[in-house]
Amino acid sequence: MAKAPAAPKFIGSPIKRREDPKLLRGLARYVDDIDLPGTLHMAIVRSSFGRAGIRSVDINALTDLPGVVAVYTAADLEGVGPVPVSGLVPDARVPVQPVLANKEVRFAGEPVAAVICETRYGAADAAALVDVDFEPKEAVVDLEKALAPGAPKVHEDYDDNVAFNWELVGGDVEKGLAEADVIVKQKIVNGRVVPLALETRGVLASYDPGEEKLTLWSSTQVPHKLRTHIADQIGMAENRVRVITPEVGGGFGSKLNIYREEALAAYISRDLGRPVKWIESRSENFLATIHGRGQMGEVEMGLMKDGTLIALRYTVLADCGAYYQYLTVAIFTLTGLMIPGPYKLPNVEMKVTGVFTNKIATDAYRGAGRPEATYVLERIMDIAAAEIGMDPAEIRRKNFPAKSEFPFATAAGLSYDSGDYAGALDKALENAGYADMRREQVEARKEGRYLGIGLSTYVEVCGMGPSAALGGQGWESARVRVEPGGKVTVFSGASPHGQGQKTSFAQLVADGLGVDINNIEVIHGDTDTVPFGVGTFGSRGTVVGGSAVVIACDKVKEKMARYAAMKLEADASDIEFAGGKVYVRSAPEKSADFAEIAGLAYSAMELPPGTDPGLEETHFFEPPNFTFPFGAHVVLAEVDPATGDVKILRYVAVDDVGNQINPLLVAGQIHGGIAQGAGQALEEEILYDTGGQLINGSLMHYSLPKAGLFPRFELDHTTTPTDVNPLGAKGVGEAGTIGSTPAVVNAVVDALSPFGVRHLDMPVRPERIWRAAAAKGEQG
Amino acid sequence: MIPSAFEYLRPETLEEAIRLLQENSEEAVLLAGGHSLIPILKARLAQPGILIDISRIPGLKGIGREDQALLIGGMTTHHEIESDPEVNEVCPLLAETASLIGDVQVRNRGTIGGSLSHADPAADYPATLIALDAEFVVTGPDGARSYRAENFFEGPFDTAMEENEILTSIIVPAPQGKIGGAYCKAAQQASGFAVCGVAVTVMLSDNGQIEFASIGITGVSASPYRASGVESALTGQAPTAETIEAAADRATEDIEPIEDLYGSAEFRGHLARVWTKRALEQAVKMAGS
Repeated sequence: MAKAPAAPKFIGSPIKRREDPKLLRGLARYVDDIDLPGTLHMAIVRSSFGRAGIRSVDINALTDLPGVVAVYTAADLEGVGPVPVSGLVPDARVPVQPVLANKEVRFAGEPVAAVICETRYGAADAAALVDVDFEPKEAVVDLEKALAPGAPKVHEDYDDNVAFNWELVGGDVEKGLAEADVIVKQKIVNGRVVPLALETRGVLASYDPGEEKLTLWSSTQVPHKLRTHIADQIGMAENRVRVITPEVGGGFGSKLNIYREEALAAYISRDLGRPVKWIESRSENFLATIHGRGQMGEVEMGLMKDGTLIALRYTVLADCGAYYQYLTVAIFTLTGLMIPGPYKLPNVEMKVTGVFTNKIATDAYRGAGRPEATYVLERIMDIAAAEIGMDPAEIRRKNFPAKSEFPFATAAGLSYDSGDYAGALDKALENAGYADMRREQVEARKEGRYLGIGLSTYVEVCGMGPSAALGGQGWESARVRVEPGGKVTVFSGASPHGQGQKTSFAQLVADGLGVDINNIEVIHGDTDTVPFGVGTFGSRGTVVGGSAVVIACDKVKEKMARYAAMKLEADASDIEFAGGKVYVRSAPEKSADFAEIAGLAYSAMELPPGTDPGLEETHFFEPPNFTFPFGAHVVLAEVDPATGDVKILRYVAVDDVGNQINPLLVAGQIHGGIAQGAGQALEEEILYDTGGQLINGSLMHYSLPKAGLFPRFELDHTTTPTDVNPLGAKGVGEAGTIGSTPAVVNAVVDALSPFGVRHLDMPVRPERIWRAAAAKGEQG
Repeated sequence: MIPSAFEYLRPETLEEAIRLLQENSEEAVLLAGGHSLIPILKARLAQPGILIDISRIPGLKGIGREDQALLIGGMTTHHEIESDPEVNEVCPLLAETASLIGDVQVRNRGTIGGSLSHADPAADYPATLIALDAEFVVTGPDGARSYRAENFFEGPFDTAMEENEILTSIIVPAPQGKIGGAYCKAAQQASGFAVCGVAVTVMLSDNGQIEFASIGITGVSASPYRASGVESALTGQAPTAETIEAAADRATEDIEPIEDLYGSAEFRGHLARVWTKRALEQAVKMAGS
């Protein structure tokens, strides 16, 4: 396997993002910034009910409205295929999700009609005049009520609201629990949250009737998947569809989906022969872009008095929404795979019942199933520690596999690549001054102040992933071209949307070819330009996509060395690349400019033996396993039991993401991840009323974490490389989110321990805290 | 997020603005800083036919001093109030309150007159302006008249103003003496509006007793209110911990706290008592120093 260079100049350096100057100066071009002549604007008429029949759709009011070009309803779209889903489990019920609702709507915000107008304002006005005669029906909102006998059904065709049943069993939980000294149980709700990418979704479709080709600019994480599915949905050959992702302002998993509006815009553009643009409003983003999390379950853990874990069972209801999106079902299975976490837990069991509800689907949201596993586990670990009177750090350390036990096979069936979990925890405790923190906590309580210390030690599965384990397409592609003038262009099948791989991939290639980083251009997100790719999600961009880049780069380098050998009259194996030069290792005075050798390969006046012209190589990298980053987070928080206010005083994190290509990008990912995870812990939850109406679907009502919530993050790392890819990198996109949510909740619960509180459901908002403290009063 | 169509008018004088209001009373609304109105329009929660932009009318903006009072134009932004040296010197409580409104962008655009006229029951200014005994000057076809702050708010998004009147200025008295003030807020996490906001002004006499205490509370009830029970329990008393606590317990006397996603009525009542006590403690400390 290829290896990263021995003496890197750029790899491992905290180089500033090359993406930022255009972003900071407002020069980046998002879908909405693209103007094509003759563009029509689409507005969607949506369901205003959680569940209702559609008696009629009356568009008469639009007849004489200036600028209105067309109105589409379900009847006009019978040839368009349903929204694609994947990642299913056996025997899952799979409801067909049409691009426009026909006789029934099943969630508030479900598209019913598409209005096409010459202007965007006109489209909005016209959509408001479409008169849909809804027949409201009782909605299915609460997960437990959804399964009660006689409950109204989301889908009348099914016997009940069960979407699927799935279980993962490793070892013998029943026996383990019987052998345990102590059994702890807790009901835990992991509510729905909204991914809330700053750029909402958007699509511009342009059908060229002459070329018979469709170009789709979309704010997506997966351009090639979108191309495959859209072509299929509207009945075009996939090589006549081109998907371009211009600047994409965040996704967090929400844009790892194929949405109805994409197929609508594509179909309608072809139908009308004009470009069609749709830009999602923030309100629509709350209503009709996937939500994350959505689990409600009970965890039960058996352990010995000395803290040794024996068995864990997690039984959970999973809120699917009304229809699946791309990976709705798979996300819940990821929770099962990671339920043992970083601990030696010989017996585990997770039973999931997927439940249909009258809501938008849940799907991947930063961490996607793993934060849910870590949250459940890290909460029950604290509860167990309290139960047996053991320090939360000690019980964790006691159950870690030792560094020498890796690769470590878990009861859930995964093989953790490499790890030093105790190393990360020890470093975090040291950086935090854990013993001093505990003393400070005791002193503060004497003054009537309530400090809490929250720990979370996590391991996550990422670098998605081996193709067979993902049900296909776990690889990533890259093409590296050394241009005739010596510049280097990298084409990646990954689709970064904020991660910064225009910088990190350039670092990889600069070191690989011994050239300056400014000579390297990185291109992604255009299916006509880059090799067929998979996309960016599951912390795979650098791990899998970067590995493809490095290997493609090595292939080019190997070929280029043959041209250099010809020019320098040396053996190709004796050629070295450094400092923009190519030289003979055994005779360094013999050298040539990198650009000169590149020119030789294109002029091709003379060819090295058995060598073709050109310097362009492609590689599809298939990882042999997932990667398993890990870490330990320590939070010190002060809780005011009288007001319920929480102040995070310190946030200490030690994350091990393997080798770091760019520590600045890693830190940025950890910062954002911590904030997003803490947001769910303290503030975020999207709520539906009993009728299925979203009741806090605006940024005036749904709180995102803001900078003022946090102290300066104290970040550090350990480095345990993986051997499943040539970079030794494990991925970092989701780590912060996974570690932070339980660490923050654990700190709040710890602060409230004098009140006998052992668990609070998220978000631990002020009233919840006040009630918990007030209900019990201080004990002892 | 796209408003329905409206006509936009921008009068150059106050008289013209009032005339336009009179002529279009059915369908016109005033546009000041726009930080409450524009979001409502974008969500199509309101679809007025006409917006009358009063941002270019001379004389509505700025901060002046008149005897022992501050005179603040209705179109003065929160940022201007927060950062004005005179406000910070004469009435730091008002500057502090302004600094806690929304975020920087909101404070740069939002105006005091716009905020008070909008009468959001969870807005910050009303508590403080009640505690400061401010007067609101409104101007209409028949000239100017004024309201005491506590009589101005009649319910959620409802004021004592007539439809064709404009809130033109706010008079904030600034009495001399051993004065202390505090504004304490439990903020709604998303918007920053007050789930409970308590503003307190106290004056101590030379012998250290409470000469008067003035308390305004916002976010707790359908309208901001003066906590008269708390005030009467403090007047003439020594500011001991027991007195303050007992007084603060009357923070929601005769009040029916509201309930929403961010707090039950019970929690709001509780917060009002806790923050009244803490605000009083801060204000007394400041007055005595």
